[in-house]
Amino acid sequence: MPDITYREALRQALRYQLEHDERVFLMGEDIGAYGGSYAVTKGFLEEFGERRVKDTPISESVVVGAGIGAAMAGLKPMVELMTINFSLLAIDQIVNNASKLHYMSNGQIRVPLVMRMAGGAGSQLGAQHSHSLESWYAHVPGLKVVVPATPYDAKGLLMTAFEEENPVVFIEHTALYASKGEVPEDVYRLPFGAAEVFRAGTDVTLIGYSGSVHQAFRAAQQLEEEGIDAEVLNLRTLRPLDVEGIVASVRKTSRAIVIEDDWKFGGFGGEIVALIQEHAFDYLDAPVLRCSGSDVPMPYSMALEQAALPQEAGIVELALNLCEGVTP
Amino acid sequence: MVRVNEPRPRTAPEKLHRAMYRDMLLSRELSDRMFALNRQGRAAFAVTGQGHEAAQVGSAHALRRGTDWVLPYYRDVGVLVALGMTPRDILLGLFAKAGDPASGGRQMPCHWSWPEMRVVTRSSVIAANLPHAAGIAYASKLRGLKEVSVVYFGEGATSEGDFHEAVNFAAIHKLPVVFFCENNGYAISESSEKQMSVLHVADRAKGYGITGSTVDGNDVLAVHQLSRWSIDECRRGRGPKLIEAKTYRLVPHTSSDDDRRYRTRAELDEWIKRDPIDRFRARLLDEGTMTPDEDAALREQIKRQVAEAVESAERAPEPAPEDALRHVFAEDGG
Repeated sequence: MPDITYREALRQALRYQLEHDERVFLMGEDIGAYGGSYAVTKGFLEEFGERRVKDTPISESVVVGAGIGAAMAGLKPMVELMTINFSLLAIDQIVNNASKLHYMSNGQIRVPLVMRMAGGAGSQLGAQHSHSLESWYAHVPGLKVVVPATPYDAKGLLMTAFEEENPVVFIEHTALYASKGEVPEDVYRLPFGAAEVFRAGTDVTLIGYSGSVHQAFRAAQQLEEEGIDAEVLNLRTLRPLDVEGIVASVRKTSRAIVIEDDWKFGGFGGEIVALIQEHAFDYLDAPVLRCSGSDVPMPYSMALEQAALPQEAGIVELALNLCEGVTP
Repeated sequence: MVRVNEPRPRTAPEKLHRAMYRDMLLSRELSDRMFALNRQGRAAFAVTGQGHEAAQVGSAHALRRGTDWVLPYYRDVGVLVALGMTPRDILLGLFAKAGDPASGGRQMPCHWSWPEMRVVTRSSVIAANLPHAAGIAYASKLRGLKEVSVVYFGEGATSEGDFHEAVNFAAIHKLPVVFFCENNGYAISESSEKQMSVLHVADRAKGYGITGSTVDGNDVLAVHQLSRWSIDECRRGRGPKLIEAKTYRLVPHTSSDDDRRYRTRAELDEWIKRDPIDRFRARLLDEGTMTPDEDAALREQIKRQVAEAVESAERAPEPAPEDALRHVFAEDGG
């Protein structure tokens, strides 16, 4: 299997869709001649033409809204919103429209729309360009929320997103586009709602998604040196969420820590903690903890930004304390 | 000897005019009843557009039914009646019954979905469906289909960012979409002067490089003519059009509104004198398109039709509670 980047994995899925499904077209700011802010659609305009790859004005609401319209009319649009930060300009279309039209029409209208955007922090982009707002979208019934961690995830999950009859919020991580991993050249699809055991272990479950999976994995490697065998779960999708997978792991390890870039207060980690206590309370040897971003707008300085984000050392410390029966 | 009561054959325009008049009457009767049902405590909420009938019916009769896409807003009872939705079906929505064809009781009244007629439910958030219309039109263009999308909204919607984004997008891509504004002078309580610094919504078209036209929204034939032209132009690939039909709503914004707080009785009386239905009736009688007897019989028949529909719809079964969880996702029984 060749080693390719997260970016290239996304490109392979998009290229496949454009080649194999006439209904698919891409639309967004700077995705055509410019090739996309993260170069995911580079060269696609030349390859597939203006009918399939459309540059739009800087109008997030109509990009999503027109995507909804085209999806209702029977096409399979993929809209790119550059980043999750700009999706806020389209949030009425995403939350009040895309997610609800199927329900409000009693199942008569379908919105098979793929909305791609980059999220996450760590690239020194300041408070307004570093959001991790996936929990907002995961909160909304009617939306599927996808958070790939690896190139393998990126291709397989994006392939599945195009099979969907529902709107999909597909959140890539800004810091992962250049990361590499093994990806089959052939077509494959990864199911939504099925977490991956990224590293098997027995002592504590580290639950991550997107960028935090890698932090959790590195923390697990350090914990191994300390004699602790940590299991790392890669959620892949937040909605649907693999509750069974999480519970199965916690039943095995009896301890869990959720790792997320997101703010702690009201973040997605809280939902996971609640689900674990609902479904695996009797199996727990310790409180379920969260290692989250600090509750501050993301600062620009690298020193300050790193201080506001979860760090491997912090995960290791929490896990060690948890396994020794010490909780904060 | 010629018998006076012998019905004479109608010309095509006469047939159209009679059909439009009937739809206007039906829309008014149905709307009046929906409001009354709310006042009687029999319906939770009502939103209607009495006074807008000429704008709604005139434009809807210019559409190709089942081919063109229609994105009505909550006042457009006349549009739906003209497309052929029955009073009973509209009332099943008012009562939020299981058999409500628009949503099975999930959506607010008068937020219709009707796939056969390509009617797409609107967002209660003002102007949010304008981008949808642009997207549908984009799909039509991409597929090379000769379909036109017509999206309806009030003048208040033109203050929203989605109006700008949708019209701009449609203009850039020369999309077959008609933006149809029913300008009744009020966005709930706010008069037009609080919404815009230009006199006419149609003036806004210049900023997008498209044609905008203002028409007397209480003149059904003028609205019909302008709508037909605009839809034809779209079908020929000449890009979007903005229509502003100036009219007045003769009732409060919704059953939850008290319009006496923001407009005078004298102003309302002025507009009652310009009621589009009275105006069209006078013309049809004057031209001999119908006789006073025919008019009286038609009105009687519509009253009866609506009364029967109320009775039948009100007795229809409620949605099953377990149905609340269906259709969140396409795979949940969708």
